[in-house]
Amino acid sequence: MSLVQAALAGDRRALARVLSAVENGTEEGRAALATLFPKTGRAHVVGVTGSPGAGKSTLVGRLAAEIRERGQPLAIVAVDPTSPYSGGALLGDRLRMRELATDPGIFIRSMASRGHPGGVAHATHDVVSVLDAAGFPVVIVETVGAGQAQVDVARLAHTVVLVEAPGMGDDVQALKAGLMEIADILVVNKADKPEARQTVRALQRVHQGVTSRGHHGPGAALPDEETVAGWEVPILETSAVENQGIAALVEAIEAHREYLRASGQWNNLVRRHIRAEIEAWLWRDLLALLEARVGAAGLDAAIDAVLSREKDPASVAGALLARVLQEAEP
Amino acid sequence: MEKKIRVLVAKPGLDGHDRGAKVVARALRDAGMEVIYTGLRQTPAMIAEAALQEDVDVVGLSILSGAHMALVPRIIEALTERGIEDVPLFVGGIIPPDDVAPLKALGVQEVFGPGTESETVVAFIRRAVGAA
Repeated sequence: MSLVQAALAGDRRALARVLSAVENGTEEGRAALATLFPKTGRAHVVGVTGSPGAGKSTLVGRLAAEIRERGQPLAIVAVDPTSPYSGGALLGDRLRMRELATDPGIFIRSMASRGHPGGVAHATHDVVSVLDAAGFPVVIVETVGAGQAQVDVARLAHTVVLVEAPGMGDDVQALKAGLMEIADILVVNKADKPEARQTVRALQRVHQGVTSRGHHGPGAALPDEETVAGWEVPILETSAVENQGIAALVEAIEAHREYLRASGQWNNLVRRHIRAEIEAWLWRDLLALLEARVGAAGLDAAIDAVLSREKDPASVAGALLARVLQEAEP
Repeated sequence: MEKKIRVLVAKPGLDGHDRGAKVVARALRDAGMEVIYTGLRQTPAMIAEAALQEDVDVVGLSILSGAHMALVPRIIEALTERGIEDVPLFVGGIIPPDDVAPLKALGVQEVFGPGTESETVVAFIRRAVGAA
């Protein structure tokens, strides 16, 4: 039996190894993705994002326990940052998910961002695909502690949960573009703190009547605007440490999934995800081709030409692309 | 993409001293490795399950409680149950010299005492995974 077949048949070590191959982008990994891709598309992918220290990992741990309580197996992909200096990473999200560690219905995988700036690693989508094909009906993706512009989780999650901690700034912060716009569910965690009410009120003022259309995007209009109501972003309070508000969060996540299905938005969303993923692969392959055909020396020469103000960056990029395409032809 | 070395750093047993484990975790991170740090009071099943799910290349255990002769066999058993006893294992902490040989006989590849330079641990791991 091949590794992929073993993974699909429930062999957890085989699954872990397929995940590594896919994460490392090896030939074996690419082949595995091609083999198992027909089995993907069933899982509900839930992204959990928010600033560092907002309590994402603890909340994900509670969320997973609650989902398990309701009888569903699930997988968690937890992303932490790679050091830009050493290339190493400290992946510490498991630390906050102790009670899930030996549950046979749960599979937790830690990932380093490996230089990808968008809040997830560039192979996160592929790792999610493998877990989806392996039959996990829910996959939770926890991003790195995200700032305002790390919105890539919206390119792979059906439902985005944005976790805020009390005291994160005034309502102008909540008006800014970026992370706030991709949220389908807003959570004020650490609700046991006295400032929590204030944060909830600030978010309510800004979000009153707002529907989350940000990452569903323009051109993703509902098939029948007359009969299907938009999704109103709920603002929930949780205390992950005290295990408060978790059931309501699970219910909101399930309600969002139902909304996507019933409104037809699910298909629009998935189409956009697929498009983003094809573009990402194109970029990767194009960069690899640039490396192979032009190489470090060619790139250095191009940089020198810009440095000496002989050429501008856009012209240099155009010339490089022409070289890559020309030499790529048989 | 180059292959990163993935290391599980775990702290089995009941003592609450995790400074050594954190120092090692940080040193390995600074050496370019991906370190999965699971924290204090891990049971053998938790450690083995994390090693399996994370597909790590090496497992490092930090033990300062003196219970290493009780804990290590149980951890090796939990790894064996999951078919991953081939993953190299090292132990750091306070281990009396007389216990080093018995630990190695159980399957532990290396034992590091207090004051070990982090370069020594890094070099051991690179050797163990065949990257040096």
